[in-house]
Amino acid sequence: MSTVRQADGPVVRRARRRALVPALVGGLVLGIGALAFLFPFYYMVIGSLQREPDQSIAGAFPHPGNLTFSNYVTIDARLDLVRSVLNSGIFAAGVIICTVVFGALVGYALALLQWRGRGGVFALALLVQVVPFQLLIIPLYVLIARSYGLADNYLGMILPFAINSTAVIIFRQYFLQLPQAMFEAARIDGASELQLLTKIALPLIRPALVTVVLLTFIGPWNEFLWPFLITKRAELQPLAVSLANYLTNVANSTANPFGALLAGAVVLVVPVVVLFVIFQRQFVNADLSSGVKE
Amino acid sequence: MATSTTAPAAVAPSVREPRSRTRRGVRSNPLGWIFSAPYLVFIALVFAYPLGFAVYMSFHDYFFTAPGVTVPRPFVGLENYTAALTDPAVRQSFVNVAVFLVINVPLTVVLSLVLASLLDRAVHAKAFLRVSFYLPYLTSSVAVVGVWLFLFNGGGIVNRVLGPLAPDPSWLVNERWAMPSIALFVTWKGLGFYILLYLAALQNVAKDLYEAAATDGASRWQSFVNVTIPSLRPATVLVLILAIITGANLFTEPYLLTGGGGPNGASRSPVLVMYQEGIEQGQPGYAAAIGVLLVIGTLVLSYLSNRFAGGRES
Repeated sequence: MSTVRQADGPVVRRARRRALVPALVGGLVLGIGALAFLFPFYYMVIGSLQREPDQSIAGAFPHPGNLTFSNYVTIDARLDLVRSVLNSGIFAAGVIICTVVFGALVGYALALLQWRGRGGVFALALLVQVVPFQLLIIPLYVLIARSYGLADNYLGMILPFAINSTAVIIFRQYFLQLPQAMFEAARIDGASELQLLTKIALPLIRPALVTVVLLTFIGPWNEFLWPFLITKRAELQPLAVSLANYLTNVANSTANPFGALLAGAVVLVVPVVVLFVIFQRQFVNADLSSGVKE
Repeated sequence: MATSTTAPAAVAPSVREPRSRTRRGVRSNPLGWIFSAPYLVFIALVFAYPLGFAVYMSFHDYFFTAPGVTVPRPFVGLENYTAALTDPAVRQSFVNVAVFLVINVPLTVVLSLVLASLLDRAVHAKAFLRVSFYLPYLTSSVAVVGVWLFLFNGGGIVNRVLGPLAPDPSWLVNERWAMPSIALFVTWKGLGFYILLYLAALQNVAKDLYEAAATDGASRWQSFVNVTIPSLRPATVLVLILAIITGANLFTEPYLLTGGGGPNGASRSPVLVMYQEGIEQGQPGYAAAIGVLLVIGTLVLSYLSNRFAGGRES
C-alpha cells in the first residue's frame, strides 16, 4: 500500500487535497440538515416539560427550576390520553392485521402462482397508489358514514385503509426472491398452497414482515383527515384527532396551552420513533430500495 | 389509501413480470383469483366505486340523507363545475396551492437530491444522519404542527432569533407569509422520504461512469452535474410527481397551522374548501366537482413533469 502511495504523482496528491474541501462542505451541510430536522423534536420535548412557556433563546435549554411533568397531567385530563392512545392502537392494529393477512395472500398469488390476470392485479396495486385521496374523501364519507352507518365506529375508521397496497407490493417483491424449487418440492409432497404460504413463505420473509408492519403502522397512527371526518364522539377519537381538536378548540382555555399541546405531541411521536430506531436497519434496507431497483 | 403517508412508497417497482410459465397451454391456477379476492373486493369498495361515485355526484345536486331514505337528486349537468370555477374562494384556493407547489416542489427536489448525494458519500454517523432525516416524515403532522406553532408564533424563538427581521404580523397569521410557511413546513416534513428514494436510486448509478469522469479530470461538482443528475432522472420524475400529488392533497397543515386556511383565506387549500363545502355545508356534489377539477389539474401537472423531466428515455 505504501509503495503505491509513493508512486502517486503530484497530480494525484493535488486531486486528493482538492477533494478535502468539498468533503468538509458536504459534512457541514449534512450537519446543518440534521440539526434542522432534529431541533423541532428536541424543542418539542423541552416545551412539553416547561412549567412556564419560555420562548426566549435561553428557553431552548432546560432550566431545572422550570421543569415539570404537569403538562402531561393537563393534557391527560383534557383528552384522556390512555383512551386516545388505545383508539389509535385499535385503528392501527386493525389495519395491520388486515394488511398482513390479505396482503400476504395477494402477494403470494402475484409472486408464486401462475394464473391469468396476475399482471392486471399487480398493475392495479400500483395504480391505486396514485389515486388522489382528495377525490375519494367525499364519496367515502357519504358511503361509510351515511350509507353503511359506520360513523363513530372502529370499522368505519379502518375500512378505507384496511389493505395497504404498498405492503402488497413489498410482499410480492420478497416472495419473488424465494427459491422456486423449494415450493415445487413441497407441492410434490402434497402441501397445499395455503400451507406453503404460512409454513414456508412467511417464515422466510420475516425481515419484510417487520417492514410491512412498521410501514403499515405509521399510516393509521399518524392519519388525521379520515378519522377526523368519521369520528365525532370523543371516546372514539385516535390521539392525532383528539390532539388536533384540543389544538383548535380547547388550547386557549388552558394555563400553559403550548406545554400541554407539546406533551400530547410527545406521546404521539414516541411510539413511532422508538419502533423506527429499533428496526431502522431493516426498514431502510428492506422495502424501498428493492422497490426502486431496476 | 393514497394518503401522503403511504402513497409515496409505491416507488415504481419493476413492472416487468416475473418469468411467466403461464403462456398458452399451461393451466391458470384458480387459487390466484381466490387469494386475490379480498384485496380486489377492497379495491372495488374503497377505490373504484367511490371514484365513480365522485364523478356521478359532481354532476348532480346531491345532498345527505339518513340511510335508506330515497330523495330525488336531480342531474344538473356542469352546474357544479361552473359554480366552482366562478367561486372566488375556490379560485383563491387553487392560486394558494399553486403558490405552495411553486415553493415546495423545487425545494423538495433540490434539497433531497443534495442531501441524498452527500449522505451517500458520508463516512461518519451515517445511521444517525439517516434516522434524523426520516424522523419528520415518520411522525404525525398533528404532533409537529404543535412545535411549529410554538416556534413560529409572534413571540416564538424564531422571531426572537430574527429580531427586527421578523415579519409583522408573524409568519402564520401574515397574509403574505402564511402559504410560504406552510410550504416550508411540508417540505421539511416530507424531505426524508424523498431522500430515501434518491438514496436507493443512487445505489444503481453505474460506478464506471464516475471512474470515467474522474479519468477525464472532472471535479466532484462536474461529475455530480454530468453523471449523477442525469442518472437519477427516473427518480427525479418520481419525486416530482409524488410531491405534486402530496401537495395537491394539502389539508392538515392549513387546517391546523393557520386555523382553517387563514388569514383571510390566504392559506386555504382546495381540499380544505372541499371539506368546508362538502361536509360542513352539506354540498357534496359541489365538493366532488372541486375534487374532480383538482385531480385533473394534478394529472396534467404530473404528465407535464413526466414529459419534460423524463426527457430522452421516453
